[in-house]
Amino acid sequence: MDETALGWWGVPLAVLAGAIRVSTPFLFVSLGECLTEKSGRINLGLEGTLVMGAMSGYAVAYGTGSPWAGVLAAGVAGTAFGILHAAICSLERVNDIAVGIALMLLGTGLAFFLGKPYIQPQAPQLPSIDFGWWSASAQVRSALQVNALFLIGAALAPLLVWGLRSTRWGMVLRIVGESAEAARAMGYPVNRVRLFATAAGGFLAGVGGSFLSLHYPGSWNERLSSGQGITAVALVIFARWDPVLCFWASLLFGGAGALGPALQAVGVTQGYYLFNAAPYVLTLAIMIATSSARHRLAGAPAELSVTR
Amino acid sequence: MTAVLIPIAALAASLALFGAFVALVGVDPLEVYRLMYAGAFGSWFSWQNTLTRAAPLILTALCTALPAQLGLVVIGGEGALVLGALAAAATGLALEGAPAPVVVPAMGLASMAAGALLIGGAGALRHGRGVNETISSLLLAYIAIAVLNHMVEGPLKDPASLNKPSTAPLAEDYTIGTLPGMDVHWGLVVGVVCALSAWVLMRRTTFGFAARVVGGNPRAARMAGLPVGRLLIVTTALAGAMAGLAGMIEVAAVHGRANAAVVAGYGSTGILVAFLARQNPLAVIPVAILFGGICASGGLLQRRLGLPDASVLVFQGIIFVVLLASEALHGRLPLPRLAKQPPAAQPTEA
Repeated sequence: MDETALGWWGVPLAVLAGAIRVSTPFLFVSLGECLTEKSGRINLGLEGTLVMGAMSGYAVAYGTGSPWAGVLAAGVAGTAFGILHAAICSLERVNDIAVGIALMLLGTGLAFFLGKPYIQPQAPQLPSIDFGWWSASAQVRSALQVNALFLIGAALAPLLVWGLRSTRWGMVLRIVGESAEAARAMGYPVNRVRLFATAAGGFLAGVGGSFLSLHYPGSWNERLSSGQGITAVALVIFARWDPVLCFWASLLFGGAGALGPALQAVGVTQGYYLFNAAPYVLTLAIMIATSSARHRLAGAPAELSVTR
Repeated sequence: MTAVLIPIAALAASLALFGAFVALVGVDPLEVYRLMYAGAFGSWFSWQNTLTRAAPLILTALCTALPAQLGLVVIGGEGALVLGALAAAATGLALEGAPAPVVVPAMGLASMAAGALLIGGAGALRHGRGVNETISSLLLAYIAIAVLNHMVEGPLKDPASLNKPSTAPLAEDYTIGTLPGMDVHWGLVVGVVCALSAWVLMRRTTFGFAARVVGGNPRAARMAGLPVGRLLIVTTALAGAMAGLAGMIEVAAVHGRANAAVVAGYGSTGILVAFLARQNPLAVIPVAILFGGICASGGLLQRRLGLPDASVLVFQGIIFVVLLASEALHGRLPLPRLAKQPPAAQPTEA
């Protein structure tokens, strides 16, 4: 992991490697959020779901010795939070944004509370696939250690595009997101469809969280997630509710997130914290550039409150 | 009437749920309740501790409650507090040597300006570019925390602060003292005055009336010729100024310097306080005292029962979720109507 051997060339390489490594949680959360938002509801609580997924994934992986059991547990925890969100939102006059904020708080609190005993022990990590076997350079090889979850996420994105466009399920989901009234008139259970969409979104966000604790950074602590969840929510808006664009946007954000550590590795310690804030600045800049006060965003589900 | 009863019922239900939760992890809930009461309101010492924490909570809650009058959900109070703390410390250090009656107000103004810039920025982005203020204010908060870390580990670092990077300590004259006869600093008075002024502004002035019209129906407000953009930006800037002031108080009355300790979660707790107070600036005061108590009792739970410090966070999360679920009950309860006049129009979305 000694980037200095490559000198400054280590920076773009590390950013590229980081784009793959750091982007995975962004990818899963944004795919999940994309599904949820397509149904016309926003779940800001995915930040809390991410932390909860990271903690429960780590705890179960430690307990069972199997990282994949941890991933599954993280998904289940995420699903539970998704169901909670959807259940409260289905009550009348409850604001989905406010529920998201509440679940952000609850998820973080529960994860910190229940995760206390797991700060010390080391859980088994998720396997990586070595794509850099051809290179003699240690840097290139470590950069091309691609984690299995990243590949799953990358495969999931086009699958979701297909599912949303061409399956009956996807159609119903989009109808509910475009006009709850029309869906109701056609006899589709709006709240139940949203429940499924939010639960599935929570599952994916939970899995994204398990990546944080089971691969990179690869341990559980209370500083594990700082805004990746909320950044991913904003990223969906930037990606225009298109799962494949979510994939590319996640890579971009991952690269931005890797900038700080990469520069630190070549000895630029000045402004380390500022570089760490790069993903937030990037998110904000993108939101400013792509939003408009006058017309709705292209591709936005019409029932979505954030873009109204 | 129901506006008070339902949040109280939600609190009681949350208390029961939290009790069930601690029982699940093997702790006696009754003992938890007893310690929470003891740590929050059980003695004069606890009361002082509670009130000290209530001061910043009032101000960060206003940071959410003021924009809520316009129908906005702002959650960046933590960021405004942090920037306010940084601005106050920087001002106090830059003006070192000048008389305190000049420097302390300057620190206050600097902190308010910093907070106003941050949250007012979110408001301006909402108005000018249609950027969602909830997401942008939270992103700005993360950026503000990064700026604080950068400054206290870089340009403003006191070389003497080794394992806990901080700015240099403020001169003794520039710190805020305690109220006569108790160990609670003047920040509490500042908070209460701000909450009262916010209430007067929103309920007793044309500005506030216009703001609430925007909150009720933005399109109607625009049709009526109200300056929606100006109302939006001024209100969010004011909200940010409040939370910024909380940062100045934390620096000048508690920590004596700016460091990462000011990131203490007052922002997120303030959001909950504002929601529980149903965004009413006056109701923010008692609710902030209640939550000051909950935060104050966290230490006691940790020491006596070995519960993690996150217990307070779990309890707050439960309260928040139950409270929002209880929103559905408003106007549904078969309670006798006490008032004869029709209920005042309430915006349906908080």
